[in-house]
Amino acid sequence: MSKSDPDAPKRLALIASKGTLDWAYPPFILASAAGAMGWEVGIFFTFYGLTLLKPRLTAAVTPVGNPAMPMKMPFGPDGFQNINWPIPQLIMANVPGFNALATTLMKQTFENKGVATIEELRNMCVEMDVRMIGCQMTMDVFGFKREDFIKECEIGGAATFLEYAADADVQLFI
Amino acid sequence: MDVIKEDQVLDCSGMLCPMPVVKTSKAIKAMEVGQVLKMVATDPGAPPDMEAWSRQTGNELLRSMQEDGKFVFYIRRMK
Repeated sequence: MSKSDPDAPKRLALIASKGTLDWAYPPFILASAAGAMGWEVGIFFTFYGLTLLKPRLTAAVTPVGNPAMPMKMPFGPDGFQNINWPIPQLIMANVPGFNALATTLMKQTFENKGVATIEELRNMCVEMDVRMIGCQMTMDVFGFKREDFIKECEIGGAATFLEYAADADVQLFI
Repeated sequence: MDVIKEDQVLDCSGMLCPMPVVKTSKAIKAMEVGQVLKMVATDPGAPPDMEAWSRQTGNELLRSMQEDGKFVFYIRRMK
């Protein structure tokens, strides 16, 4: 219990509410960085964030409605790679397979730059005993079963997470 | 500047956040108290991260410098 005991490790409480590839990174990166500093970490996976607890991660990303996303190619000569392609939203939303392409390109970009994959980051969190809580309510709503998720997670509700977060030094909603 | 003798070397070249601090943490845990780890990184975020990490974990960051275009850190395990 961090707040009541000054010698206890710091605690980080995160809510992961999104399941796209771009939003999968922040919770796992923050959790593993905090774990590396000896902090206690707990992540509450709710809504689409719950999909990040599946054994096989299939998180994808879309540029549609995401105007902040740089559209750069992770291959070719430097000048080519620096071009930010202005592709109209209408095309990106209507060309079949565009999301799959964007997902593949994003993964390649991250690999080129030396960023770990979501799977690797999640494995590091498991190694560091990061507490991962799957939202019971989301499971019921979307029809998921306990067997659909990795064994290292526990199932709980808002009260479970809030109790943990009450004694946390850092509480973040992602 | 005097030379620091390291007990182990960890190369995190090419890795970006959070890998340098995560791997450093793992490597330090496998070493004895008092031993020194030399960590090499290319991530520009590593210098401030390593300072924060050493403050948080209580391990001593003996030196943070640049060598051959890379960032080099000497860390002593304190506890």
